[in-house]
Amino acid sequence: MDNKKVFRVGFALFWLAALALLALDTASSGSVRVEPPPIALGSGQAASGGHCSGR
Amino acid sequence: MRWLNRTFLITGGLAGVLAVTLAAGLRQGLLALLGIAFGAVLQGARFGFTTGWRDFIERRDPQGLWAQMLLMVLAAALTLPLIAGSGGELVGAVAPLTISLVLGAFLFGAAMQLADGCGSGTLYKAGAGSPLSFVVLPTFAFGSFLGASHQPAWIEVGGLPAVDLLAFGWPTALAITVAACGLVAWLAGRAARKTGRGTIDAAAPASPQALAQQLVRAGTASFVATAAPVKGTRFARRWWLGALLLAVLYLFHLVVAGQPWGIVYGMGVWGAKAVAALGWDLSGDAFWGVAPHAQRLVDPILADVTSVTNIGLIYGAIAASRWNGPADFSLPSGKRLFAAAIAGLVMGYSARMAFGCNVGAYLGGIASASVHGWVWFALAFAGSIVGVRIRRRVDA
Repeated sequence: MDNKKVFRVGFALFWLAALALLALDTASSGSVRVEPPPIALGSGQAASGGHCSGR
Repeated sequence: MRWLNRTFLITGGLAGVLAVTLAAGLRQGLLALLGIAFGAVLQGARFGFTTGWRDFIERRDPQGLWAQMLLMVLAAALTLPLIAGSGGELVGAVAPLTISLVLGAFLFGAAMQLADGCGSGTLYKAGAGSPLSFVVLPTFAFGSFLGASHQPAWIEVGGLPAVDLLAFGWPTALAITVAACGLVAWLAGRAARKTGRGTIDAAAPASPQALAQQLVRAGTASFVATAAPVKGTRFARRWWLGALLLAVLYLFHLVVAGQPWGIVYGMGVWGAKAVAALGWDLSGDAFWGVAPHAQRLVDPILADVTSVTNIGLIYGAIAASRWNGPADFSLPSGKRLFAAAIAGLVMGYSARMAFGCNVGAYLGGIASASVHGWVWFALAFAGSIVGVRIRRRVDA
């Protein structure tokens, strides 16, 4: 197998593993979370998500 | 069989959005959808912040800088009035003018040239199948986790408080932002004219970056007709169309999430989750051990705003790069890959020192009329000049 094929297989396996970990993380998070309104604008709630600027 | 491939990609995207909606709610599902659109536009337009700067530094080609300034102006014009009138439902990206901002932005600017992508660039190129960005991604996430962990200590070093121009009213804030962006665009155009680059000559040899991108473009979806601009073009379509679409998506993201588009915070969450799973106790951490960040490590990744947009972005780039079939790519040398992995670590760490990357601090800061965005731009650009020189040595 040439290097490009190895990379292509590795690429696919990496994303499949990432997807599996994501599913595992979602399934194992048992905390109860209050779902925010679908749209922040007009919701009457202050923005609360994490952001790089420091919040 | 192309239609089957495209149907598969669209179905995969919609299934992903549905899964996120079911797992984390409608807002997160909408953000995943916006992330896919961000990825498709970034990949389709090859809208690179890093490449745009490098094209100017190496060849005095101002198009990337013009497009970025256009994006800033449009994003500010669309969002500043909304933020000002939202009563706190929508917030901008505002950060203090600390010493860590100065150091972090400079380091980030240098490292992103070695990693061949900034925050958004690393994600969309990794999705598109660039081996370089693929090795950068994990080290970027670890660096972002570590940088966030040390961020409180860096802030303690000192600096000035945040300067939010919205305090003077949105018309004033927008006028200053437009004037500053216009000045940068004018200076870039002036420098290009001085070196005879005001109009792109199709006969001129393509830059090494253009040649490399041409290879990655094979088989990919794009509204870029050809790699080289058409003769006589002053501002190629991919740049202005990319800026326009990204500005609209930036607006939608703010309206849905209540905060500007960001990248690095989510990658830090991934890194923190990974090290916590490996046994690293973060309960006493100065950043990850306190509210609200500690709660984000308890919640699923899909509940985090920037994480879910990032995941959508990667999928959007995967889909766009394979729209017309498998994407081709070139494999860099081991030395180049190692240098990129180290640069990814530096990028992740420095982005947290500097309150964000090209998206969270540069685009978000300037479009939010926060002065820290301009400080970030100046220092990161200076760092990029150094980074381009180091890159030449590594490539040699």
